[in-house]
Amino acid sequence: MINMDKFGFFIQETRTIDFDQFDGRLLKYVLDHEPSFHACLSCGGCTATCSAGNLIEFNVRKMNLLIRRGETEGLENEINKCMLCGKCILVCPRGINIRNVIMLIKKGILIFGTEKKLRPDLTYNYYA
Amino acid sequence: MHNEYFILPFKIGVAYLAIIVALRFIKWTMGLSKIDKIRIWKSILTNKSLISIREAFFEGLLHRKIFRINPVLGYMHMSLAFGWFLLIVVGHIETIVHTRSILFPFHMPIFFRYFVTDKSDVYISGVFSFTMDLLLLFVLSGVGLAYLKRLRSRFFGMRKTTNLKSGDKIALISLWLIFPLRFLAESFSAGICNNGNFLTQPAGNFFSSFLPLDNLTYPVWWAYSLSLGFFFIALPNSRYMHIPAEIFFIFLRNFGIRLKKRCNTYSLVQVYSCSRCGICLDTCQLNHADIKTTQSVYVLKSIRNKNLTDETLFNCLLCGRCQQVCPVGIELNDLRITQRIESTLQYNSSYDYLKKGEIQKADVIYFAGCMTHLTPAIIKSMKGIFTYAGINYWFMDEDKAPCCGRPLMQAGQFDAAQKLILNNQQLITLSGAKQLVVSCPICYKVFKEDYVLHDVEVKHHSEYLLELVEKNIIKSVKIPESIIYHDPCELGRGSGIYEQPRELLRKYVDIISIKDEKENSYCCGGSLANIKIQMQERDKIRNKALNEYMKYRPDFLVTSCPLCKKTFSKGSNILVYDIAEIVAKSIKTGKERVKTLKHAQEALYQTELI
Amino acid sequence: MKTVVIIGAGVAGVEVASQLSELGYKVALIEKSSYIGGKVAKWDHLFPNLRPASDIINSMEEKIKTGNFSVMVNTEITGGKGENGIWQLLTNNGKNFEADAVVVASGFGLFKAEKKEEYGYGIYNNVITSVDLEEKFKKGKTIKMTNGKIPERIAFIHCVGSRDEKSGNHHCSKVCCITGVKQAIELRNQIPDAEIYCFYMDLRMYGKDFEELYRTAQEKYYIQFIRGRLSEASENIDESLLIKAEDTLSGRPLKMKVDLMILLIGMEPGKETTDLGRNFKLGFDNDGFIKPRDIHLQRNLSSQEGIFLAGTCTCPMTISDTIDNARSAVIEVNNYLKNK
Repeated sequence: MINMDKFGFFIQETRTIDFDQFDGRLLKYVLDHEPSFHACLSCGGCTATCSAGNLIEFNVRKMNLLIRRGETEGLENEINKCMLCGKCILVCPRGINIRNVIMLIKKGILIFGTEKKLRPDLTYNYYA
Repeated sequence: MHNEYFILPFKIGVAYLAIIVALRFIKWTMGLSKIDKIRIWKSILTNKSLISIREAFFEGLLHRKIFRINPVLGYMHMSLAFGWFLLIVVGHIETIVHTRSILFPFHMPIFFRYFVTDKSDVYISGVFSFTMDLLLLFVLSGVGLAYLKRLRSRFFGMRKTTNLKSGDKIALISLWLIFPLRFLAESFSAGICNNGNFLTQPAGNFFSSFLPLDNLTYPVWWAYSLSLGFFFIALPNSRYMHIPAEIFFIFLRNFGIRLKKRCNTYSLVQVYSCSRCGICLDTCQLNHADIKTTQSVYVLKSIRNKNLTDETLFNCLLCGRCQQVCPVGIELNDLRITQRIESTLQYNSSYDYLKKGEIQKADVIYFAGCMTHLTPAIIKSMKGIFTYAGINYWFMDEDKAPCCGRPLMQAGQFDAAQKLILNNQQLITLSGAKQLVVSCPICYKVFKEDYVLHDVEVKHHSEYLLELVEKNIIKSVKIPESIIYHDPCELGRGSGIYEQPRELLRKYVDIISIKDEKENSYCCGGSLANIKIQMQERDKIRNKALNEYMKYRPDFLVTSCPLCKKTFSKGSNILVYDIAEIVAKSIKTGKERVKTLKHAQEALYQTELI
Repeated sequence: MKTVVIIGAGVAGVEVASQLSELGYKVALIEKSSYIGGKVAKWDHLFPNLRPASDIINSMEEKIKTGNFSVMVNTEITGGKGENGIWQLLTNNGKNFEADAVVVASGFGLFKAEKKEEYGYGIYNNVITSVDLEEKFKKGKTIKMTNGKIPERIAFIHCVGSRDEKSGNHHCSKVCCITGVKQAIELRNQIPDAEIYCFYMDLRMYGKDFEELYRTAQEKYYIQFIRGRLSEASENIDESLLIKAEDTLSGRPLKMKVDLMILLIGMEPGKETTDLGRNFKLGFDNDGFIKPRDIHLQRNLSSQEGIFLAGTCTCPMTISDTIDNARSAVIEVNNYLKNK
């Protein structure tokens, strides 16, 4: 049995991101309160410098990317590893306020939970 | 004489106010911790009470601190507070003299001119009535300024004035009416009975020429009493609760009570003590970034009205400039942190991944800090200095190190910060080191205040380097440059270290003395305590500070914080150095080194024995 | 005869000068430094076909020799004023000029890599910029570490001072990616056994033969491309560097010990361009370069009548783009002066 932990920290039934089952509530909450998050180009600078990422598998870029794909399962355990040290914002080339994104995700998790709610009226339209 | 029912609103108001304020004081005292209660008990009969009475007089009545910062504003507060106080005191003395006894109806001094219409003892009553008229004029001038401040705050040299809620408006309007109504009432009575003096008598004569004073006087006294009554009843739930609360706060503060990390009633005492003077609005640098709704006075107001949002609470640099100038002495920074802790109580964190880590035994631990890793010139300088001075040190966070915990604390995640703190404490204790040298003032503050490190001296590298230079382990070399030293918020206002970096720097360069330095220094804008601010807004704050510095034309800027260094270098075309870099650049090498190494070891051991 | 003054004797300036003088105008070419050729005088071999930069310089010198225009070096324009269609230009050595038209060809500046302190330029020993490397190539030096060792592992860092809010430059400098690929190939030629890596955010291979050069770099020269932004570098005791990046395509943080780090620094508005823009009130774009009157249709016209723009004073360009741009400036100047 291959230990799937080594291949990424979210264990999902299927590895395909299904955009038609997108739960965008958390993403919309974060983007409404921190619009600079729109500009992320996934360069990986934040993950490279991350204090927590230096000690354990904690990948800020990947976490932010998966939120933008509506994949929020397992998010709560990951987000709790952040030490809020602030190195990521000092490195980000797009000037994104990543610490605020983390704090908003923590608050969003309390509000929305992390299980996907599959309701058509909840799909997130970026341009709405 | 007419019936005396008109004094009822006043009496009801006073009774209500006295009961409510007393109950509240009791509730606040009961809510303090046990140790704090013991502190109060022990301090009540000492000279701390006398100091508090003195401070209450100078600050609560004379508003000396406000006066110093803004004379017009200070005069306004003083004329209302001190003037009213004197009116009451002199009025009571006047009544005692008149009735020749200490027992008189409670309301008599307040409505003296209504009840006492004959000037039998002309000389003494003349002196008193002159004094009372003078004091009334004094207070009226303050009321006039208050009208002006609400309409044209620029006249006061202030750019901002606070916004009002409707409950506060009732109290404000009734307060503003009290003294004009008193003036009218006393004037009307003077018009009828000639018991006025230089202010009220001419006015009374003027009014009597075209107004039917016989019919109007009694209603005006009613109005005066009503305005007093309304004010007293509205007071406990309005901003004017600050009048009793401030006095209570002064006593508690002098007894040694301070804010802790978790909210208790002491936070409420401080919240209610805010007199809404607005001085914190002007000193706040967020104004330069057009952020105008999150300053301290608004946070205190929101706490009182229980509608504090994250957007307001977390949008503050915690630079301490407002705390520095607050005339009441409210612990604004710590108050904000307690609220942030309340707001994030439900957040979880798990730092099980903080391994014990490898521990190295050494005499000195060097903790660079997260930010310093992004300004490697500082690390290289410190490493070079340690090696040159022959110090046995352990670079604790060279690789795989956790954060010190203060950014978590500033963001309100107290439990999470504690986990980090406990982990690091263990590492430090197990290494057996006697000194902990840190490069980052943010780390320095948390190591000093929240870590429990027995037998370990915590020093910022500017203090440590000063020691090394004073012991001649490093020789300083003077270079012909003039610089400006930027006080980092966390090191300066946060930890009180202003002189050591300057003493060290004077051995190398000339420091230009500037207007806004030490306690009044600017914040660079890079603070981690502000979660909500955007990068462009930080740039504006930084540019304002930089422009001020550039007016003095320094050769370069020196600071002692990696975050300040990073923030300033981003914007400027001027060089920014850290203190450690200046020391490292001038270290001499060569034969001198061998002689001083042994010397260095001995000198170090000497300090540990002391 | 109408006079034209051209500020800057780089690729653009010389091209404009030579063409305009062919058309019969009296041309004065002014250069602040002591040599002609601008930045190209510092380069060794050019992308995409690795031809020698001296070809371009020789062609420029030939144009000057056979051309009918005067060249003044060590002369800097310090101020100017336009009145009734004539521009009066002041210089630093007393000689002033009068012109019917002025062409600004003052070129670009290079990002100061010290500003990106976390990369260690000026702090660690084995961190150099692409410009430093090009200089070493030109002088024929062997590429070595400061302690004399031949590097075994070399890393190129893309986007240093470009596309970076922290450096103050949001724009893309266009040419650094292809420069990195070119220099990686040149290094491979010099040090056949070295491992060579390029750390990029995006690869901008937009020009003719650029994409092909990238592919050649991978297939023939075994250059490795890793998508991940370098966050910081630290120094080991043996003076090698430890870099921290994330390998975003595999989703994991990456650490690597390298012997030599080369920073591909970006193009910025040069100090001369900024000063000229201020003196003549030409107006700047958000990226700090001089603002052309219309980005599609009037790229060589400035906001001032009679002042024209050529070359990299308006935006980052390659040498071929610059020559094209210079020639179109010639047409604009000619049209203007014909009708004056």
